[in-house]
Amino acid sequence: MEFRTHISVQNLNVFYGNEQALKNITVDIPDKKITAIIGPSGCGKTTLLKSFNRLIDSIDGIKVSGKVLVDGENIFDPKVEVTRIRKKMGLLSQKPYPLPMSIYDNIAYGPRIHGIKDKKRLNEIVEHYLKESGLWYEVKDRLHSPASRLSVGQQQRLCLARGLAIEPEIILGDEPTSALDPKSSQRIEHRFLVLKKQYTVVIVTHILRQAKRLADYVIFLYLGELIEHGPAENVFNNPKEEMTKEYIKGIIS
Amino acid sequence: MDRRKIEENIFKSLMIASTLIILSSLMIILITVIVNGLPAMNLAMITQTPKGGYYLGKEGGILNAIVGSLYLAGGATFLAILISLPVVLYLNVYAKKGSRLVIFTRFSFDVLWGVPSIVYGAFGFSIMLFLGVRASLLGGIIAVSLLILPIMSRAMDEVIRMIPEELLDASYALGATRFETALKVVTRQAMPGILTAVLIAFGRGIGDAASVIFTAGFSDYIPYSLLRPVATLPLAIFFQLGTPFPEVQNRAYASAFILTVIILIISIVSRILARRFTKHIVK
Ligand SMILES: Nc1ncnc2c1ncn2[C@@H]1O[C@H](COP(=O)(O)OP(=O)(O)O)[C@@H](O)[C@H]1O
Ligand SMILES: [Mg+2]
Repeated sequence: MEFRTHISVQNLNVFYGNEQALKNITVDIPDKKITAIIGPSGCGKTTLLKSFNRLIDSIDGIKVSGKVLVDGENIFDPKVEVTRIRKKMGLLSQKPYPLPMSIYDNIAYGPRIHGIKDKKRLNEIVEHYLKESGLWYEVKDRLHSPASRLSVGQQQRLCLARGLAIEPEIILGDEPTSALDPKSSQRIEHRFLVLKKQYTVVIVTHILRQAKRLADYVIFLYLGELIEHGPAENVFNNPKEEMTKEYIKGIIS
Repeated sequence: MDRRKIEENIFKSLMIASTLIILSSLMIILITVIVNGLPAMNLAMITQTPKGGYYLGKEGGILNAIVGSLYLAGGATFLAILISLPVVLYLNVYAKKGSRLVIFTRFSFDVLWGVPSIVYGAFGFSIMLFLGVRASLLGGIIAVSLLILPIMSRAMDEVIRMIPEELLDASYALGATRFETALKVVTRQAMPGILTAVLIAFGRGIGDAASVIFTAGFSDYIPYSLLRPVATLPLAIFFQLGTPFPEVQNRAYASAFILTVIILIISIVSRILARRFTKHIVK
């Protein structure tokens, strides 16, 4: 599989205090594809994902070494402004966290802090990204009611629209369907398949079937180590490592 | 009956007894205030200033103390918000969790909370001497704001600490700075709790006598300047109770009743406001 690299992880080590959560990870993540990070719980998937937008920065006692290059730029370089890096990425967390404001303001939050003030422009943005995340027709008559009143599945799509509204290049999802019912999960998965035409998508999942349905590229982590990575069909059909085989067969989990 | 059942019953009766003690004290206080205050309750109490001096006067009202207390507690609450909010936002958004500074600051809120209000009065008084301010509305505002600062900060801190880390992360992930997150997300999410904190602090401030006795002084007129002495309800109660005349003592109870009603109104208003903000909160 030939691809252009969007995120390049080079010798990344992450420590929480004395515990090492990621051990010398080196991997390239392809542009405009869906990459799935798989592995059992506690193996460092979230840590890897959150190092892409430096959300791990604010954790106490964290130590990071190595590089993460996004578009060729090392995001851990002290000269890099973290808000600019984060603006390149939209994040979906395990459980949706709408901001304590209206549906409209949730979407407009990002564009507003990045300097868009024009009312008309904001209206367009809100409508556009709510459509893109497949929520528009459900909420168009109550844009100014609290986001907290939406169902969890709707909240997750709202969070997707909110992330898209900052015009990122990359979408990060940390088990984004784990709190959702099957129907809502399906909707989100469908969105990812549409979005990968324009965005690089990286999702963490511990659901193997979901990874098989979505992923073009797979990264398998185990106890903080990168065991195997490669195009999805190779990893799923012809795993090179014994550990990967066992994980895919469900022997280790 | 077996031992565990007896145990259960003993504790149940103890809990019921405690609840009854609290409820009956509240009732007795209210009844005392109302019964003793009733003879002095009339429209003049809340529409006029005292006639014949606040200490001996049997005519007129306590409008000076009502307005004075509202100004004083309002000013002190405002000042305390200006200081508390940055402190708690710093503790919860900026500072490293579990750092020594954070632990020490929280510890000092607890200590300051327990300091008797007369000490705040004395401390406020020494600040006033330093600034060259006499007993005045300004002096009282400073002393009372010091008194309610730890109360307000601690109550705000309790609610802001409860905000899930992931909510802050959601804001950071969109490229927001800590400042934007603190201002637009944290304060909104904590708004019902912040309002409650403000209310508790206001209630404590408006009801305190010891901190204002040297710092605010007392006067018979409605305050018109920050630098003039100002009457307050707690001191009006104190002075009127201290006279030998039963009529004036009744006025003290009427004043206490008015103070209670003010606190009641503020509690209700803040509850309504808090409910309006609660709808945005995602648990
Ligand atoms: N904030 C934290 N402080 C300390 N240790 C952490 C923290 N977050 C995660 N860890 C540890 O790092 C390891 C990897 O965690 P995580 O990246 O959340 O794994 P996953 O997402 O694959 O379940 C785990 O052993 C976990 O206990
Ligand atoms: Mg995880």
